[in-house]
Amino acid sequence: MMKKLSASPLIWPVLALVALLIVNVIVTPTFLSIRVQDGHLFGSTVDILRNGAPTMLVALGMTLVIASRGIDLSVGAVVAVSGALACAHVAASDDPASAGTVVTAMGIALGVAVGLGLWNGMLVSVFGVQPIIATLVLMTAGRGIALLITDGQIVTVTSAPFKILGSGFVFGLPVAILVSLTVFALVGLLTRRTALGMLLESVGINPEASRLAGVRYRTIVFAVYVFCALCAGIAGLMIASNISAADANNAGLWIEMDAILAVVIGGTSLLGGRFSLTGTILGALIIQTLTTTVYTAGITPETTLVFKALVVIAVCLLQAPKFRALVARRRKRPTAPTGRAETEEIAGQQVSVPSPPSMAAK
Amino acid sequence: MSIQTVGRPRVDTTEVMRRIRGRYLSPLASLVLFLVMFTAVVTRYDFASPTQVFLNLLVDNAYLIVLAVGMTFVILTGGIDLSVGSVVALSTVILATALKAGWPMPLAVGAVLVVGPLLGVMMGLVIEYFDVQPFIATLAGMFLARGLCYVISVDTLPIKDPILRQFGLNYVYLYEDKFIRWTVVAALAVVLVAVYVLHQTRFGRTVYAVGGNRQSAQLMGLNASRARVSVYAISGLCAAFAGLLLGVQKLSGYSLNGIGLELDAIAAAVIGGVLLSGGVGFVLGSLIGVLVLGTIQTFVTAANLDSYWTRIMTGVLLLMFVLVQRLLVRKPG
Repeated sequence: MMKKLSASPLIWPVLALVALLIVNVIVTPTFLSIRVQDGHLFGSTVDILRNGAPTMLVALGMTLVIASRGIDLSVGAVVAVSGALACAHVAASDDPASAGTVVTAMGIALGVAVGLGLWNGMLVSVFGVQPIIATLVLMTAGRGIALLITDGQIVTVTSAPFKILGSGFVFGLPVAILVSLTVFALVGLLTRRTALGMLLESVGINPEASRLAGVRYRTIVFAVYVFCALCAGIAGLMIASNISAADANNAGLWIEMDAILAVVIGGTSLLGGRFSLTGTILGALIIQTLTTTVYTAGITPETTLVFKALVVIAVCLLQAPKFRALVARRRKRPTAPTGRAETEEIAGQQVSVPSPPSMAAK
Repeated sequence: MSIQTVGRPRVDTTEVMRRIRGRYLSPLASLVLFLVMFTAVVTRYDFASPTQVFLNLLVDNAYLIVLAVGMTFVILTGGIDLSVGSVVALSTVILATALKAGWPMPLAVGAVLVVGPLLGVMMGLVIEYFDVQPFIATLAGMFLARGLCYVISVDTLPIKDPILRQFGLNYVYLYEDKFIRWTVVAALAVVLVAVYVLHQTRFGRTVYAVGGNRQSAQLMGLNASRARVSVYAISGLCAAFAGLLLGVQKLSGYSLNGIGLELDAIAAAVIGGVLLSGGVGFVLGSLIGVLVLGTIQTFVTAANLDSYWTRIMTGVLLLMFVLVQRLLVRKPG
């Protein structure tokens, strides 16, 4: 039983998601129904997909960063900067409704996002700053920069083409979720059908050993931070486009936390190494479904956070090897699982032992 | 990652000397920076009384000092506590609600000082015994505490208790017309206790040892598990106490208090020379970090700049310190 469960790491996120959906169906029987209106699909599940698209996208980028044994706290700030830049450009242009303006605006926003990603990548790989502090710098300053761009105001735009990304529909499905799923498919192909995924995991598991084996540590670290920032940039455009405005104070607030949660719920360890993109998508869906559940179940929105905390704790505990060992011990003989847990702990310790000085001297 | 190389024992004596110098250098650099910044701000804006400006730094940031002290303990063990901002808010809300419900003041204060450490112990146990990463466990704690705030009350609740009002409003005159408030006295008392605990007790040594190298600490027979759980309890206690100070300072409890405060506390610790990888840093360093952040705030207010400049400048300063620390750490390696 336990063997079978631990064989598939995705079992817990899937179960959690199914459980959430069942709760929803019990509370609101029409929850899963989807109807067609004006040629679009409407329904709670479509809402979950659409509202969850930005988090999903950011979480995808975050997965790769975490796989490289890093973390990116600055995505929320990048979301705000990207939205602010795009809206500022569209609002300042003579012809806000033209497709050209919107494409330029989005190009500028994504270009700057890539620049911010390069900045993070440089701090981490060239200067060797711990990822959590390196990105904390941009997390602190970034939102200030976004406010600087919008001059502390909420910039609203009226531009039909700009609205497509966040609230448009293609083939009856929201554009936002299609974009996120396309990115998911591309990243999946790139990491699982080429050696890139394996190289990334090797960097996350042991940077020094992979460097000695000839893996370009620096290039890979740069690439993941740039990709993460790019994802955050697109997410920022989605959020700004959805509300046709750039709110530098609140756009993407706490999205880094949601994204990291999605990654962890999806079974990717914060210690780096093995990652699961499908798990991340499931994690993002769980978080969004949870939020929607609270709204549709008529629970006061204020208590969303309490539920979120409880689900996070539950999923994390279920995934923790020690917790599983504890449960297993209750069922089986007491000695065997304890021994396993201890070796695992020591293995974990060895992973966290710093890399040899040659890395620092480099 | 290679930051962790500091604090690993080696036999070479010159190496030890260099490391000790390295250890004090970062907080000293922060102190110099603070003095330069403070002097520059005071001369540039021609304040009537620089002493009072300095004292106001303490008055305005009393709660942040307490938070940074708690955060220092956690970071020294190589952990992080993201829940403190929410716990501060929860504390102000519990205090105000309990007083409104007619609880006697000591009981309300006692309740706050129980809830904070309790949350901390819970997070510590999850981190220590189930190997959940501190980042995730305390993130869950942050959501939980903030959610509980909203569940208790979404309104701003006034605090009307006469003793607490006096504590928050009365001046403590140092000499002539120079004053601080009681909250500062309380915060500095916390700093003194923390310095004593970290540097003069067995527990303090264990905290440093665990942060330096957990496995060696355990092999030396130190109770690493207890230390790791305790630091989260201490951080929770500090957050609860900071919540009391903030509640008394604002004379109200509000569930939106202290959003992002955990980042300020972490920034203060980093600027003060505490390494996020654990094992290196001082409580007094974090105190200097808070003063540096306070000076930025004073400058932004005095220069009449928009408040978002505070964030940008804090970010730039953080960057400077991170790079300086990298250079300092790189040398011995």
